[in-house]
Parts: sequence; C-alpha cells; structure tokens
Amino acid sequence: MTEPHGVKDAAHPYPGKLIIVEGIDGSGKSTQLLLLHKWLESKGYKVFFTEWNSSDLVKDTTKRGKKTKSLTPTTFSLLHATDFASRLYHQILPPLKAGMLVLADRYMYTAFARDVVRGVSREWVRKLYRFAIKPDMAFYYRVPIEVAISRLLRGTRGQFKYYEAGMDMNLSPDVTESFRLFQSQILAEYEKIVEEFGLLTMDATLDIETQQEQMRTLVEDALRGYKPKRGTYGRRTLFWRRFDVPRSE
Amino acid sequence: MADGRFFGDGLTYLDPSDLKGKLIAIEGTDGVGRSTHIEMLQEWLEVQGYGVITTGWTRSNLMSKTIEAAKAGNILDHWSLSLLYATDFADRLEHQIIPALRSGFIVLADRYIYTAFARDFVRSGNRAWIRDVFGFALIPDLVCYLRIDVDTLALRVIETTGMNYWESGMDLRLGADLYESFKKYQSLLIEEFDKMAEEFRFNVVDARKSPEDIQEELRAHIMPVLPGHKRMVDLERVSG
Repeated sequence: MTEPHGVKDAAHPYPGKLIIVEGIDGSGKSTQLLLLHKWLESKGYKVFFTEWNSSDLVKDTTKRGKKTKSLTPTTFSLLHATDFASRLYHQILPPLKAGMLVLADRYMYTAFARDVVRGVSREWVRKLYRFAIKPDMAFYYRVPIEVAISRLLRGTRGQFKYYEAGMDMNLSPDVTESFRLFQSQILAEYEKIVEEFGLLTMDATLDIETQQEQMRTLVEDALRGYKPKRGTYGRRTLFWRRFDVPRSE
Repeated sequence: MADGRFFGDGLTYLDPSDLKGKLIAIEGTDGVGRSTHIEMLQEWLEVQGYGVITTGWTRSNLMSKTIEAAKAGNILDHWSLSLLYATDFADRLEHQIIPALRSGFIVLADRYIYTAFARDFVRSGNRAWIRDVFGFALIPDLVCYLRIDVDTLALRVIETTGMNYWESGMDLRLGADLYESFKKYQSLLIEEFDKMAEEFRFNVVDARKSPEDIQEELRAHIMPVLPGHKRMVDLERVSG
C-alpha cells in the first residue's frame, strides 16, 4: 500500500478526477452535487458518487453508538475516519486509478470542522486524515445560519436530528437553538479551513440554477485536458465485488 | 498515575492529572499467554486488596462485534483495520480505563497501543501515522512485554488454538501457506516489538520460561508501581 500523501500540498498522481463539496446541513451542497452529477453523465462521463458516513463497514456501528448515545468526541471522530478510509480504499481510489470521475458529498474537511467543535484537538484530527488524498476540486457552500435553518425546517426533514443539532454537547435543551449554536461554531471552523486548504467558496444563498451554472463553469474549466475513460456504455461497471459480511446482530 | 500524560495530541476535553489508579499493560504477540498471566495477576492483586479491572483488545461495547464482522469479511485495508482498533481503544479508554483509574483501580490491559503500532507498521512500513492516531492514549505506568521467538511460538500455537487467518497475516500474502505466512508475519511483529521495547523501555519477560517463573517476574516488575508499595514491604519486614 502506498504511503500517506500530504493532504495540503501534493496533488494525487492518478489519472481520474476527484470533486468534493462541503458545507453545513441546509447549505444545498448535495443538491448542487446531484445536478453536477446529472450534467457530467449527460456529457458522457462515467461518474462515481460517494457520501460521508455511508460505508457498510461502520454505518451500523455509528448508528448504534448514536442510538445509545455512548459516542465520545474521539470515538465519533474515529468512526467517521474509519468510514472514510474504507470508502477511500474501496470506492474512491479504484475509479481514480482507472481514470474516472469521483464525486464526494463531504470530505475530510467535514471532520476538521465538526470534530473540532465537538472537542477533539485540531492537530490530531488533521494527522488522523493524513492518508487521504487531496481532491482536484473542493467546493465550499457558504450559507448564513438562518438561511440553513429555515431551509431545513421548511424541507421534508422537519425535525433536526440529535447529533446533527449537536444535542450531545448540551448547548441548549431546545433542538433548533442547539442546532443554531452548534452549526454556527462549525461555520466559523469552516472559514478557517477554507483558507488553510484553499476550498472554492460558493455563495449558497443564490438561486439553485445560478449556483449550478457557476459550478459547471468551474468544473468545465478544470476538466479541460482530462481524457474520460469508461469501459461500458450505459451499464454500471462493478470494479470491486464485496465479500459477504455476516450480520453482527 | 498522579502525573497522567497522553501519548501525543491528547483528549483536550479530559484532564488526566487526577487519575489515582495505575495502568499496567501486558504486551506480546499472539499466543504468548498474556490472558492466563493477567488472570493470575488479577487474583494476586485482589488478594492484596487492590481493586482491579482488566481490559482487552477489541473488547469494547461499541466495536467488538463490528471488528469481528469486518475481519470475517476480510474486506479490510490497513487504514480501516487500524482505525477500527483505535475506535475500540478510545471507547474502552473513555468508558472503562479512565473512570477506573479515576476511582483508584489497577487497570490490567491485555495488549495496548503497541500492538496497533506493530500491526500497522508491518502493513504500511510507516510509523508516524499510527502513532499520531493513538496520540489520545494514556502512557501506561508500566509495560511488560512477553517475548518469545517465532519457532517456539509456532509450536505453541499449533498445539493450542491452531493458526488462523489474521494471526497469520494472510491479508499480507507473505507466504505460500498458512504456516509460512504465520512465521513470516509473526517474525515481523516480534522484530517491531523488540524495537519498541528499547524505544519505550518495556520490561521484557522471557515467555519461554515456565508459567510460574513468568508470573514471578511479572509480579516483581509490578510491585514497585503499586500504590502504598513501601508500606507493604515494611509490614512484611515487621512480621518477618
């Protein structure tokens, strides 16, 4: 296995491209990434998508830990890093090595913002993710806290989730107020990260279409000179087949 | 552990300075008899009136099943494997080890972070990352390392539990079969443990000796670390 790359400096050596989005809940980043996905596919690119905290390996554990409220800032952070490592190895690196496009909804910057607000050391969490590769493009969807809250309350979700609202931090007994306090701190942390890692800041208060137009323009520029590769037409290629994992419970 | 300290970047939200108990780690590769000796040590300490808890690798509430399932599916890259161990360790540290130390217990740890260091190094060839990951670990008051040579170890494991996939490092494809792989993998681990023994000043105990001799050596190493140790010695002198 290869050695960890410096996450700040070196670009990855693979022929594919990795594009990621960051932002707090309600920033609209997932919508933007979905629309970008559609557009890239319509242009004939083979696109792989991966999202935060979704690997089969640890998803159930995180869920169980959240349910029993036994997660500490450190185990919370480590579980997400494990999930990320597993997805990096199984979902992100193979298509990148094969020269394909990978879109990621949230990347290590989410951990840098969230876990630090939860209380882990800023230096430690950066070292934890030393094995990660630097994305080719990293978008940060900046949104004022009130806009995010009104979007989330209006939306289909209705209620804030316990950890999403930072209820484990005892900031406020009121869920919306806790969300406001917790996510405001995360926003402040993101601001530092944007500078430290050079994320592309997008204005997430604009119309969806306007934001998407800006995103597509930037991506089109970045993909100039990129030679797309794909093995099949229309059918999804299985580049890695999972062994059966026995259910733990 | 009045001067409790973290190994690297520690838990910023926890103060380790008020830990009254003692943390004693027993390290060594698979099959050297760690758990047998820990059982005997616990008995010995409890007879003397010390509160004892034991904690073992991958035994946390949060992670033990996850790690079992992950290993059964052999789908692990070395980062995920090491991070699963780290999560298990953190869960035990915060929910088990630190509370026990705070209440003045002697904590006997069956394996400690050095096991993770050795296993990751053998797979990655890099020492820096894994040590950074475990920066939140407490430095133990004492580390005893049960050292064995690979030939004796192979005989012992065949006689008892048999060689398994992970203890043979089969994910590394080091040898043609289970036996070859086991020997190569365990040699690499022992080599790394030996290096760490110097770097971190482990108390090395020869695990080829008889169980009685090993136990006696372990007790001799542990004795000076125990709270109120001097008083006990004085009492012995008086009664003797």
